[in-house]
Amino acid sequence: MLKTTPLNAAHRAMHAKMVDFGGWDMPLHYGSQLDEHHQVRRDAGMFDVSHMLVVDIKGENVRGFLRGLVANNVDKLTLSGKALYSCMLNPEGGIIDDLIIYFLTESWFRLVVNAGTADKDLAWIQSQAAQSAPQLTITPRRDLAMIAVQGPNAPAKVWATIPGSQAVSEALKPFQSATLEPYFIARTGYTGENGFEIILPATEAVTLWEKLHVAGVAPAGLGARDTLRLEAGMNLYGQDMDETTSPLESGLAWTVDLKSDRDFIGKQALQQKPIKQQLVGLRLLDKGVLRGHQKVIVQRNGLSGEGEITSGGFSPTINQSIALARVPAEVTVGDQVHVVVRDKQLAAKVVKYPFVRNGQVLI
Amino acid sequence: MSIPAELKYAKSHEWVKLEADGTVTIGITQHAQELLGDMVFVELPQVGRNLAQREECAVVESVKAASDVYAPVSGEVIEVNSELESAPEKINQEPYAAWLFKLKLSDPAELDGLLDANGYQQALESEAH
Repeated sequence: MLKTTPLNAAHRAMHAKMVDFGGWDMPLHYGSQLDEHHQVRRDAGMFDVSHMLVVDIKGENVRGFLRGLVANNVDKLTLSGKALYSCMLNPEGGIIDDLIIYFLTESWFRLVVNAGTADKDLAWIQSQAAQSAPQLTITPRRDLAMIAVQGPNAPAKVWATIPGSQAVSEALKPFQSATLEPYFIARTGYTGENGFEIILPATEAVTLWEKLHVAGVAPAGLGARDTLRLEAGMNLYGQDMDETTSPLESGLAWTVDLKSDRDFIGKQALQQKPIKQQLVGLRLLDKGVLRGHQKVIVQRNGLSGEGEITSGGFSPTINQSIALARVPAEVTVGDQVHVVVRDKQLAAKVVKYPFVRNGQVLI
Repeated sequence: MSIPAELKYAKSHEWVKLEADGTVTIGITQHAQELLGDMVFVELPQVGRNLAQREECAVVESVKAASDVYAPVSGEVIEVNSELESAPEKINQEPYAAWLFKLKLSDPAELDGLLDANGYQQALESEAH
């Protein structure tokens, strides 16, 4: 039996092609994945991301608990509503999940974790809290839904839809959030475009979804979500990283705070392990499409090594195939590598990513 | 969209059109393109290549996945639709007009082994169960 979000019937009414996504019955597209992709880059689209789990942590000294739990430093969160992207590591320095942490008050932080890892994350967080912070209450919020509205015109369309939302969200910078009961409005997303992720009671989800649709926000499925996030150079858990990979070999060094004295789970392992690999962007020079798990052949200055594509696909904005690949640490931007696609070796160039941001091609 | 009655079909979702000169034109069906989604890349066989029946001979790639195209009958590739290389979306728009390649048959009797529209419809229905 697949799990469903509060918007399941709404997706079906919009003729979505539904797929099993890690046990959830989710929309892949509503007709054309490409159209939905362009709609988000050029105007505004909305995604049902209610399968992701909101976890509220409340009680005395939540901050102290999170300092030890995650690799990024929650002391960067000083303003109420501010968000932080971080990995949660195991003692070996592998990634249990990547998540967003919102600071609301000293006794209330909100986490948003991936759907596929939600049960595992919750069990881990609870077991850690039982040891170091038993005073905390950890609540999974399956009573909430989440709608991401993304695209250059997303803010204006949200403001036209939710009365009073402009006043509270107009001044939000990226990774800031505001509350307008019953909505929690965050300027975050997974597309590389402007927009919001709106957390709201599950009972309100269909109404907001339909109002946004009337305001001209097109529904977009998981297919477009994946091509958009790949262009934006954002990692996908389970594909670009997992429990066996280090954030330092996954393009996420910027999210790991090794400078402060603070100890956190996985820190020692990260400090001891030599960095042998890195995540790079690839742009295909030959014709074809790069896909996950294809082998990358590296030959440069006598070094001959191998890597693997972690996420690949066709970039609708660039009109060419792009990929994220894990390759030896010696590889640098500008190198040419080869990717094994069926019986051929296709040439690709190592590029700096993100590939696309705010509608602009960056490579 | 209905399944054109004048064509023959393979269970692997290719359509085959017998031309007046005895050659055949081959493409993929409406069902196949719908399953794959938006097409972004097509790899066609070399003209002159001799194909065995059910041999992998072309690749169509959508935003979602790469899918092999099999030769529904054996024969020599006499022409490919290179227009698709720059406009693969034509397969989504008009699957029964956007042909992939043409073959000179090596054994016309193989055509009798293919499905007619009715048979293909039944194959789709049993696949859905």
